Amino acid sequence: MVILLFFGKSFGFSSNLRVICAACGAGKNVKFFDFDWRSQTWNLLFVVGAILGGWISSEFLTNGEAVQISQATIQDLQQIGVSAPGGLQPDEIFSMGALFSAKGFLIMLIGGLMIGFGSRYAGGCTSGHAISGLSNLQLPSLIAVIGFFIGGLIMTHLLLPFIL
Amino acid sequence: MSKSEAISWYRIQEMFRFQAFHMYGIIGTAVVLGAIATYLIKKYNMKDYQGNPIIFTPKEMSVPRYIIGGTIFGLGWALTGACPGPMAVNLGYGYWAIAVAIGGALAGTYLYGAIKDKLPH
Repeated sequence: MVILLFFGKSFGFSSNLRVICAACGAGKNVKFFDFDWRSQTWNLLFVVGAILGGWISSEFLTNGEAVQISQATIQDLQQIGVSAPGGLQPDEIFSMGALFSAKGFLIMLIGGLMIGFGSRYAGGCTSGHAISGLSNLQLPSLIAVIGFFIGGLIMTHLLLPFIL
Repeated sequence: MSKSEAISWYRIQEMFRFQAFHMYGIIGTAVVLGAIATYLIKKYNMKDYQGNPIIFTPKEMSVPRYIIGGTIFGLGWALTGACPGPMAVNLGYGYWAIAVAIGGALAGTYLYGAIKDKLPH
């Protein structure tokens, strides 16, 4: 984040989604995407870096251990049908089998839709609001983070038990 | 991000169940370091590499936009266990299923752009 500021930029991940939409030509139909997206290509480097970082980490840095979450979480998740961790992600949602089932596919698609729509509506995601915004003591960012938690808590405690 | 397990669906579930300090530690550390850096940059009026002053654009004040938008984002975050950054890391990690969520996020962004004038801000 400091490096981005040094280069005269700001730190936020979800704005890349808008840049990609614009780069694909969405500006022709929708005014929101009609801006000089080429000036934002620096931010796309961050995406490339994140993908590369994920690959390096899985190829060279991982020992294949399961994520060490608390016992209470494991028990809660088992009650709604998610097995204890065998890696970083649950097979019930992230395996190829889940992806090719209607439910698994819809979870990813609808979850993604809400993330894309919500982050643009709120003007930022975890990096833009929770990290950059709170660092700069921005009240709007605090409101947005409260919103993140309202949504997250509703999904975790009220909706997930029915979905999974 | 993958080494800190912030990209794990399990960790996000744990966070929303308030059953471990893990994610709060990661986000909290980032905010504290960010706040110190922001404070120092403002205090000493630091310049970027081209010599322009570093400006922090204040976020526009509004309540409905942040609460509604934030809540929709939170629903998706808890469901897929990923926000936009970790989505990219997951893809690199080889969790191909996340590509569907990335497609969804692009579609969601487009949808917002298409109907934003009809939404309360």
